[in-house]
Amino acid sequence: MRLFLLSFIYLLGLTALQAATLAEYTFEDPAQDEDFREIIEEMRCLVCQNESLAGSNAELAIDLRNEIYDMMKGGQSKGEIIDFMVARYGDFVLYSPPVKPSTYPIWFGPLIVFLIGGVVLFRIIKRKNQSRETELSEAEQQKLEKLLNQSNEQRDTNQ
Amino acid sequence: MNRYLRYSVPLIVFGIIAVFLYKGLGMNPREIPSPLIGKSIPEFSLPSVESAQTMINDQNLKGKIYLLNVWATWCVSCRAEHDTLVHLARSGKVEIVGLNWKDERVKAQAWLQQLGDPYTVNIFDKKGRTAIDLGVYGAPETFLVDGDGIIHYKHAGPLTLGVFNETLLPMINDLKAKGS
Repeated sequence: MRLFLLSFIYLLGLTALQAATLAEYTFEDPAQDEDFREIIEEMRCLVCQNESLAGSNAELAIDLRNEIYDMMKGGQSKGEIIDFMVARYGDFVLYSPPVKPSTYPIWFGPLIVFLIGGVVLFRIIKRKNQSRETELSEAEQQKLEKLLNQSNEQRDTNQ
Repeated sequence: MNRYLRYSVPLIVFGIIAVFLYKGLGMNPREIPSPLIGKSIPEFSLPSVESAQTMINDQNLKGKIYLLNVWATWCVSCRAEHDTLVHLARSGKVEIVGLNWKDERVKAQAWLQQLGDPYTVNIFDKKGRTAIDLGVYGAPETFLVDGDGIIHYKHAGPLTLGVFNETLLPMINDLKAKGS
Protein backbone atom coordinates (compact mmCIF):
# COMPACT_ATOMS: atom_id res chain seq x y z
CA MET A 1 0.00 0.00 0.00
CA ARG A 2 2.80 2.36 0.91
CA LEU A 3 4.56 1.50 -2.29
CA PHE A 4 1.38 2.17 -4.20
CA LEU A 5 0.95 5.57 -2.56
CA LEU A 6 4.56 6.44 -3.19
CA SER A 7 4.34 5.55 -6.85
CA PHE A 8 1.11 7.52 -7.10
CA ILE A 9 2.79 10.59 -5.64
CA TYR A 10 5.68 10.04 -8.02
CA LEU A 11 3.32 9.95 -10.99
CA LEU A 12 1.63 13.13 -9.80
CA GLY A 13 5.07 14.70 -9.73
CA LEU A 14 5.68 13.61 -13.30
CA THR A 15 2.51 15.23 -14.61
CA ALA A 16 3.40 18.40 -12.75
CA LEU A 17 6.83 18.30 -14.37
CA GLN A 18 5.31 17.96 -17.79
CA ALA A 19 2.90 20.80 -17.20
CA ALA A 20 5.88 22.88 -16.18
CA THR A 21 7.71 22.18 -19.41
CA LEU A 22 4.72 23.32 -21.47
CA ALA A 23 4.18 26.43 -19.36
CA GLU A 24 7.24 28.04 -20.89
CA TYR A 25 5.28 28.59 -24.11
CA THR A 26 3.37 31.78 -23.55
CA PHE A 27 1.44 33.95 -25.95
CA GLU A 28 -0.10 37.35 -25.50
CA ASP A 29 -3.08 36.40 -27.63
CA PRO A 30 -5.20 33.70 -25.95
CA ALA A 31 -6.46 32.49 -29.36
CA GLN A 32 -2.88 31.86 -30.43
CA ASP A 33 -2.23 30.06 -27.19
CA GLU A 34 -5.21 27.82 -27.84
CA ASP A 35 -4.10 27.15 -31.43
CA PHE A 36 -0.61 26.24 -30.26
CA ARG A 37 -1.91 23.77 -27.72
CA GLU A 38 -4.30 22.27 -30.26
CA ILE A 39 -1.52 21.80 -32.81
CA ILE A 40 0.85 20.04 -30.44
CA GLU A 41 -1.98 17.83 -29.18
CA GLU A 42 -2.93 16.82 -32.72
CA MET A 43 0.60 16.02 -33.83
CA ARG A 44 2.29 12.73 -33.28
CA CYS A 45 5.78 12.59 -31.84
CA LEU A 46 7.66 10.54 -34.42
CA VAL A 47 10.05 9.09 -31.90
CA CYS A 48 7.51 7.79 -29.39
CA GLN A 49 4.74 7.15 -31.84
CA ASN A 50 1.99 6.83 -29.27
CA GLU A 51 2.66 10.20 -27.75
CA SER A 52 1.61 13.59 -29.02
CA LEU A 53 4.08 16.41 -29.44
CA ALA A 54 2.53 17.94 -26.34
CA GLY A 55 3.01 14.84 -24.24
CA SER A 56 6.45 13.71 -25.33
CA ASN A 57 9.74 14.60 -23.79
CA ALA A 58 11.76 13.16 -26.65
CA GLU A 59 14.41 15.58 -27.92
CA LEU A 60 12.83 15.77 -31.34
CA ALA A 61 9.44 16.58 -29.80
CA ILE A 62 11.01 19.41 -27.81
CA ASP A 63 12.73 20.75 -30.95
CA LEU A 64 9.51 20.55 -32.92
CA ARG A 65 7.53 22.24 -30.16
CA ASN A 66 10.09 25.06 -30.17
CA GLU A 67 9.93 25.28 -33.93
CA ILE A 68 6.14 25.48 -33.92
CA TYR A 69 6.27 28.05 -31.13
CA ASP A 70 8.70 30.20 -33.12
CA MET A 71 6.50 29.90 -36.20
CA MET A 72 3.41 30.99 -34.26
CA LYS A 73 5.34 33.89 -32.76
CA GLY A 74 6.37 34.75 -36.29
CA GLY A 75 2.69 35.13 -37.13
CA GLN A 76 2.13 31.94 -39.10
CA SER A 77 -1.34 30.44 -39.04
CA LYS A 78 -2.36 27.02 -37.80
CA GLY A 79 -2.89 25.81 -41.38
CA GLU A 80 0.57 26.96 -42.43
CA ILE A 81 2.18 25.15 -39.53
CA ILE A 82 0.29 21.94 -40.25
CA ASP A 83 1.38 22.16 -43.92
CA PHE A 84 4.96 22.71 -42.78
CA MET A 85 4.89 19.59 -40.64
CA VAL A 86 3.13 17.42 -43.23
CA ALA A 87 5.59 18.51 -45.94
CA ARG A 88 8.43 17.14 -43.81
CA TYR A 89 7.01 14.19 -41.94
CA GLY A 90 4.01 13.19 -44.06
CA ASP A 91 0.42 12.58 -42.99
CA PHE A 92 1.79 10.24 -40.38
CA VAL A 93 2.50 13.21 -38.15
CA LEU A 94 -1.25 13.92 -37.91
CA TYR A 95 -3.28 11.88 -35.49
CA SER A 96 -6.31 12.36 -37.66
CA PRO A 97 -5.24 11.70 -41.25
CA PRO A 98 -6.93 13.57 -44.15
CA VAL A 99 -9.61 11.76 -46.13
CA LYS A 100 -8.08 10.65 -49.45
CA PRO A 101 -7.92 7.41 -51.46
CA SER A 102 -4.93 6.01 -49.56
CA THR A 103 -6.68 6.57 -46.22
CA TYR A 104 -10.15 5.36 -47.30
CA PRO A 105 -9.63 1.98 -45.58
CA ILE A 106 -8.97 3.71 -42.25
CA TRP A 107 -11.92 6.05 -42.55
CA PHE A 108 -14.51 3.76 -44.09
CA GLY A 109 -13.24 0.30 -43.12
CA PRO A 110 -15.06 0.24 -39.78
CA LEU A 111 -18.31 1.37 -41.41
CA ILE A 112 -18.05 -1.41 -44.02
CA VAL A 113 -17.34 -4.04 -41.36
CA PHE A 114 -20.31 -2.67 -39.41
CA LEU A 115 -22.57 -2.94 -42.45
CA ILE A 116 -21.41 -6.50 -43.19
CA GLY A 117 -22.12 -7.39 -39.55
CA GLY A 118 -25.57 -5.80 -39.86
CA VAL A 119 -26.41 -7.80 -42.98
CA VAL A 120 -25.22 -11.05 -41.39
CA LEU A 121 -27.20 -10.31 -38.22
CA PHE A 122 -30.31 -9.44 -40.23
CA ARG A 123 -30.10 -12.67 -42.18
CA ILE A 124 -29.66 -14.77 -39.05
CA ILE A 125 -32.66 -13.14 -37.36
CA LYS A 126 -34.74 -13.58 -40.50
CA ARG A 127 -33.84 -17.25 -40.71
CA LYS A 128 -34.68 -17.81 -37.04
CA ASN A 129 -38.11 -16.28 -37.57
CA GLN A 130 -38.72 -18.42 -40.61
CA SER A 131 -37.78 -21.62 -38.84
CA ARG A 132 -40.34 -20.81 -36.19
CA GLU A 133 -43.05 -20.67 -38.85
CA THR A 134 -42.06 -23.85 -40.61
CA GLU A 135 -44.90 -26.04 -41.66
CA LEU A 136 -45.82 -29.11 -39.69
CA SER A 137 -45.33 -32.51 -41.15
CA GLU A 138 -48.31 -34.66 -42.00
CA ALA A 139 -48.00 -36.66 -38.80
CA GLU A 140 -47.62 -33.57 -36.65
CA GLN A 141 -50.63 -31.96 -38.30
CA GLN A 142 -52.77 -34.97 -37.46
CA LYS A 143 -51.49 -35.02 -33.90
CA LEU A 144 -52.29 -31.35 -33.51
CA GLU A 145 -55.80 -31.75 -34.84
CA LYS A 146 -56.33 -34.63 -32.51
CA LEU A 147 -55.25 -32.56 -29.53
CA LEU A 148 -57.42 -29.65 -30.59
CA ASN A 149 -60.40 -31.89 -31.01
CA GLN A 150 -59.74 -33.39 -27.62
CA SER A 151 -59.73 -30.01 -25.91
CA ASN A 152 -62.87 -29.03 -27.79
CA GLU A 153 -64.58 -32.16 -26.59
CA GLN A 154 -63.47 -31.46 -23.08
CA ARG A 155 -64.86 -27.99 -23.28
CA ASP A 156 -68.12 -29.39 -24.56
CA THR A 157 -68.43 -31.75 -21.67
CA ASN A 158 -67.60 -29.05 -19.23
CA GLN A 159 -70.41 -26.89 -20.38
CA MET B 1 -26.40 -21.65 -48.12
CA ASN B 2 -24.44 -24.80 -48.46
CA ARG B 3 -23.76 -26.39 -45.09
CA TYR B 4 -20.01 -26.84 -45.72
CA LEU B 5 -19.70 -23.30 -47.01
CA ARG B 6 -21.35 -22.02 -43.84
CA TYR B 7 -18.92 -23.88 -41.62
CA SER B 8 -15.94 -22.71 -43.62
CA VAL B 9 -16.80 -19.01 -43.13
CA PRO B 10 -15.01 -18.71 -39.75
CA LEU B 11 -12.03 -20.50 -41.25
CA ILE B 12 -11.91 -18.04 -44.15
CA VAL B 13 -12.23 -15.07 -41.80
CA PHE B 14 -9.46 -16.52 -39.65
CA GLY B 15 -7.33 -16.98 -42.75
CA ILE B 16 -7.75 -13.34 -43.81
CA ILE B 17 -6.91 -12.05 -40.33
CA ALA B 18 -3.91 -14.38 -40.16
CA VAL B 19 -2.56 -13.05 -43.46
CA PHE B 20 -2.84 -9.44 -42.23
CA LEU B 21 -1.24 -10.24 -38.89
CA TYR B 22 1.55 -12.18 -40.57
CA LYS B 23 2.29 -9.26 -42.87
CA GLY B 24 2.22 -6.97 -39.86
CA LEU B 25 4.94 -9.02 -38.20
CA GLY B 26 7.33 -8.21 -41.00
CA MET B 27 6.53 -4.50 -41.08
CA ASN B 28 8.67 -1.87 -39.43
CA PRO B 29 6.60 0.81 -37.66
CA ARG B 30 9.66 3.09 -37.78
CA GLU B 31 9.53 3.13 -41.53
CA ILE B 32 7.37 6.12 -42.29
CA PRO B 33 6.99 7.01 -45.95
CA SER B 34 8.86 10.24 -46.56
CA PRO B 35 6.95 13.00 -48.35
CA LEU B 36 10.33 14.34 -49.50
CA ILE B 37 10.90 11.63 -52.10
CA GLY B 38 10.98 13.26 -55.51
CA LYS B 39 11.67 16.64 -53.93
CA SER B 40 14.84 18.67 -53.59
CA ILE B 41 16.96 18.53 -50.47
CA PRO B 42 16.22 21.60 -48.34
CA GLU B 43 18.27 24.75 -48.66
CA PHE B 44 20.83 25.06 -45.92
CA SER B 45 24.10 26.67 -45.04
CA LEU B 46 25.97 24.98 -42.23
CA PRO B 47 29.56 24.57 -41.09
CA SER B 48 31.44 21.33 -41.62
CA VAL B 49 32.26 18.91 -38.84
CA GLU B 50 35.95 19.57 -39.44
CA SER B 51 35.84 23.31 -39.00
CA ALA B 52 33.37 25.98 -37.94
CA GLN B 53 34.89 28.26 -40.58
CA THR B 54 34.13 26.01 -43.56
CA MET B 55 30.57 26.56 -44.69
CA ILE B 56 28.66 24.06 -46.82
CA ASN B 57 25.38 24.70 -48.60
CA ASP B 58 22.98 22.66 -50.69
CA GLN B 59 24.37 24.08 -53.95
CA ASN B 60 27.87 22.72 -53.15
CA LEU B 61 26.51 19.19 -53.21
CA LYS B 62 25.02 19.36 -56.70
CA GLY B 63 26.47 17.48 -59.63
CA LYS B 64 26.99 14.07 -58.06
CA ILE B 65 24.95 11.16 -56.85
CA TYR B 66 25.45 10.60 -53.14
CA LEU B 67 24.07 9.09 -49.97
CA LEU B 68 23.17 11.61 -47.32
CA ASN B 69 23.69 9.87 -44.00
CA VAL B 70 22.28 11.38 -40.79
CA TRP B 71 24.43 10.34 -37.86
CA ALA B 72 25.50 11.27 -34.33
CA THR B 73 27.92 9.98 -31.75
CA TRP B 74 25.09 9.54 -29.21
CA CYS B 75 23.34 7.18 -31.62
CA VAL B 76 24.11 3.54 -30.92
CA SER B 77 22.73 2.28 -34.22
CA CYS B 78 25.06 4.68 -36.03
CA ARG B 79 27.99 2.93 -34.42
CA ALA B 80 26.61 -0.39 -35.66
CA GLU B 81 26.22 1.06 -39.14
CA HIS B 82 29.58 2.81 -39.30
CA ASP B 83 31.67 -0.12 -40.53
CA THR B 84 29.25 -0.62 -43.42
CA LEU B 85 29.61 3.03 -44.38
CA VAL B 86 33.41 2.82 -44.27
CA HIS B 87 33.28 -0.33 -46.39
CA LEU B 88 30.96 1.34 -48.92
CA ALA B 89 33.09 4.46 -49.13
CA ARG B 90 36.20 2.34 -49.79
CA SER B 91 34.39 0.33 -52.47
CA GLY B 92 33.95 3.55 -54.43
CA LYS B 93 30.40 2.63 -55.46
CA VAL B 94 28.90 5.79 -54.06
CA GLU B 95 29.90 8.93 -52.26
CA ILE B 96 28.61 9.46 -48.75
CA VAL B 97 27.81 12.89 -47.34
CA GLY B 98 27.33 13.07 -43.59
CA LEU B 99 24.84 15.16 -41.66
CA ASN B 100 25.99 15.18 -38.08
CA TRP B 101 22.82 15.71 -36.05
CA LYS B 102 22.64 17.50 -32.69
CA ASP B 103 26.11 16.43 -31.71
CA GLU B 104 29.29 17.89 -30.29
CA ARG B 105 32.02 18.74 -32.73
CA VAL B 106 34.86 17.33 -30.60
CA LYS B 107 33.07 14.02 -30.10
CA ALA B 108 32.20 13.75 -33.79
CA GLN B 109 35.81 14.41 -34.80
CA ALA B 110 37.12 11.84 -32.31
CA TRP B 111 34.65 9.25 -33.62
CA LEU B 112 35.80 9.75 -37.20
CA GLN B 113 39.44 9.56 -36.18
CA GLN B 114 38.94 6.33 -34.28
CA LEU B 115 36.54 4.51 -36.55
CA GLY B 116 37.46 5.85 -39.94
CA ASP B 117 35.85 8.61 -41.98
CA PRO B 118 33.56 7.44 -44.79
CA TYR B 119 32.27 10.94 -45.57
CA THR B 120 33.50 13.12 -48.40
CA VAL B 121 31.64 16.05 -46.87
CA ASN B 122 30.36 16.19 -43.33
CA ILE B 123 27.75 18.77 -42.39
CA PHE B 124 27.50 19.89 -38.77
CA ASP B 125 23.83 20.44 -37.81
CA LYS B 126 24.14 21.32 -34.15
CA LYS B 127 20.61 22.67 -33.76
CA GLY B 128 18.96 20.01 -35.90
CA ARG B 129 17.11 22.63 -37.98
CA THR B 130 18.14 21.15 -41.34
CA ALA B 131 17.30 17.70 -40.01
CA ILE B 132 13.74 18.94 -39.36
CA ASP B 133 13.57 20.19 -42.97
CA LEU B 134 14.66 16.72 -44.05
CA GLY B 135 11.93 15.12 -41.94
CA VAL B 136 14.50 13.28 -39.84
CA TYR B 137 12.93 11.61 -36.82
CA GLY B 138 15.73 9.34 -35.73
CA ALA B 139 19.29 8.42 -36.50
CA PRO B 140 20.63 6.86 -38.57
CA GLU B 141 18.71 7.78 -41.69
CA THR B 142 20.08 7.62 -45.20
CA PHE B 143 18.83 9.48 -48.27
CA LEU B 144 19.75 8.80 -51.87
CA VAL B 145 20.23 12.13 -53.65
CA ASP B 146 20.94 12.70 -57.35
CA GLY B 147 23.03 15.32 -59.10
CA ASP B 148 20.16 17.80 -59.17
CA GLY B 149 19.67 17.49 -55.44
CA ILE B 150 16.49 15.40 -55.78
CA ILE B 151 15.85 12.81 -53.07
CA HIS B 152 15.06 9.37 -54.52
CA TYR B 153 14.96 7.12 -51.50
CA LYS B 154 15.06 7.21 -47.75
CA HIS B 155 16.18 4.41 -45.49
CA ALA B 156 15.41 4.69 -41.77
CA GLY B 157 17.65 2.70 -39.46
CA PRO B 158 21.13 1.30 -39.92
CA LEU B 159 22.18 0.80 -43.51
CA THR B 160 23.26 -2.76 -44.25
CA LEU B 161 25.08 -4.14 -47.26
CA GLY B 162 21.91 -6.10 -48.01
CA VAL B 163 19.80 -2.94 -48.24
CA PHE B 164 22.52 -1.22 -50.23
CA ASN B 165 22.97 -4.00 -52.76
CA GLU B 166 19.31 -4.86 -53.17
CA THR B 167 17.69 -1.44 -53.11
CA LEU B 168 20.14 1.42 -53.34
CA LEU B 169 22.68 0.10 -55.83
CA PRO B 170 20.08 -0.61 -58.57
CA MET B 171 18.68 2.90 -58.08
CA ILE B 172 22.16 4.42 -58.22
CA ASN B 173 22.91 2.51 -61.42
CA ASP B 174 19.62 3.69 -62.91
CA LEU B 175 20.44 7.28 -62.05
CA LYS B 176 23.93 6.94 -63.51
CA ALA B 177 22.45 5.45 -66.69
CA LYS B 178 20.16 8.46 -66.99
CA GLY B 179 23.26 10.58 -66.73
CA SER B 180 22.18 12.75 -63.86
